[in-house]
Amino acid sequence: MTPLEWEVVTLSLKVSLWATALSLPFGILTALVLARGNFPGKQLLNGIVHLPLILPPVVTGYLLLLTFGRRAPIGAWLEETFGLVLAFRWTGAALAAAIMAFPLMVRAIRLAIEAVDPRIEDAAATLGASRLMVFLTITLPLTLPGIIAGAILAFAKAMGEFGATITFVSNIPGETQTLPSAIYTALQVPGGESAVIRLVILSVILAMGALLVSEWLARRVRA
Amino acid sequence: MSLSVRLRHAFPGFTLDAAFDAPSGVTALFGKSGSGKTTVVNAVAGLLKPDAGAVTVNGRILLDTDKKLHVPTPQRRVGYVFQDARLFPHMSVARNLTYGRWWGGAASAKELARITDLLGIDHLFERAPLALSGGETQRVAMGRALLARPDVLLLDEPLAALDAPRKAEILPYLERLHSEAQIPILYVSHSVAEVARLATTVIVLEDGNVVRTGPATEVLSDPAAVSQLGVRDAGAVIQARVLHHHDDGLSELETSAGRLFLPRVEAQLGATVRVRIQAQDVILSRTRPAGLSALNILPGTVTSLLKGDGPGVLVQMASGEDQVLARVTRRSAQALELAEGATCYAVVKTVSVARADIGSDRAAQQRSEV
Repeated sequence: MTPLEWEVVTLSLKVSLWATALSLPFGILTALVLARGNFPGKQLLNGIVHLPLILPPVVTGYLLLLTFGRRAPIGAWLEETFGLVLAFRWTGAALAAAIMAFPLMVRAIRLAIEAVDPRIEDAAATLGASRLMVFLTITLPLTLPGIIAGAILAFAKAMGEFGATITFVSNIPGETQTLPSAIYTALQVPGGESAVIRLVILSVILAMGALLVSEWLARRVRA
Repeated sequence: MSLSVRLRHAFPGFTLDAAFDAPSGVTALFGKSGSGKTTVVNAVAGLLKPDAGAVTVNGRILLDTDKKLHVPTPQRRVGYVFQDARLFPHMSVARNLTYGRWWGGAASAKELARITDLLGIDHLFERAPLALSGGETQRVAMGRALLARPDVLLLDEPLAALDAPRKAEILPYLERLHSEAQIPILYVSHSVAEVARLATTVIVLEDGNVVRTGPATEVLSDPAAVSQLGVRDAGAVIQARVLHHHDDGLSELETSAGRLFLPRVEAQLGATVRVRIQAQDVILSRTRPAGLSALNILPGTVTSLLKGDGPGVLVQMASGEDQVLARVTRRSAQALELAEGATCYAVVKTVSVARADIGSDRAAQQRSEV
């Protein structure tokens, strides 16, 4: 790998890992609310969660720019309060990837939570476990394969995110140029096919690796 | 030590309105499916919030809708053994058993050893719940409930999902449990045989209402309760004392109705056991039968005749201080001129024996032709 390719791969991994790790708690919470909650506006929440899946990614990216740009209300507040800048930074790439992957993550976890028999949770309650303890000792462990699946799916989606990312944080080498952006850039250069092929092969290897890790994790959890 | 329950709850098309007191010992909640048994148990456990009602265990209020008091399930200290066991599939048997201890923090290692020994599950600790047989699963579920040190034990048809051999395997453990546990036990069942064998008190539920309560011997021998119990299972339950174990393998038992000779009863001399005589195993005769192979003939007077829809008649007969039930055809009833006050003799073909009560010596269940 050339230093440039190495930079692209590590940046992609960094962006995707942060996107997955930070969205996971929210993903579990949202899935729990959607699976078990019963409140007005549940369908609305479900719609909002799924929005990035059905909107054109460019639109999602533009909406992110409108809310998290340096002069946008939330973006300005984040910079003032935490010194956190998202627009045109790798942190913004992580946010865009997390938002785009969120519906897939929530969906996988929600299905797993819905598969847990609430009567088993009742049994734990009769044995003295509080609601939080029931969740931590019964629901969460039984949902773990689904959580792993959701996380891997989100990670893979984050690795491949392009439209929202390039709209929100552009395509800056060393800062926001992830694998798909790098492939896109290489394609614009005449005679860049060999670079494209190399990046494509790297993409395939990373995707396959993620899949194998998820299989291995799922087997370990079940055992 | 007692449990007091008063509940009212409306479901679409079904209303539960039941009140009863369960003394310590085993109280059977008996009724057909759909009569509201499980609803009652769920309300006691706090898994169902009834429209109105009150539940107290040993004076501690678990529910009082008048005072807007609803103690959440984890704080109720109820041991609940579900029909489908509901072991935690991702934990070993040992972790299932000690689950209640995490939060209760009470049961000691000594208690764990005692209860697992009592239930015969100490060799299963490392197993996964999915690798257990049906009988083992229910025993682990019972152990798990007991180890949470409950104030009341709820058993919701723990044998219903098991086949006959598995039932026979578990019943002795249940009996031991009943004599060991010093707490009220609510036992939901629709099996007269189980109730006759285990229960001290019987509460009969029908369409969400309590239609009969009383000591098991009384309720089960009452012909009026037959419509709830089912004709096939009708039978009298009477107390008997073991008088003598004869050398020819028979045990002699004394009842107020007379003496019974049964194949060896596994109880000490002088022990009280409970004898159940099913109505369909009794033959009636107006004169003392002679030249019959049957050993057990009890004299008495007819106290009531209950005609059912079919060709049968259920005859209740007072014999000593006890009641005996016999099921005969209408034709025979007419031929024998059976009427209230008529003297007759009950020829008993088959007898089931169960231990008499909580704390007394346990006798193995025997159902034997004599």
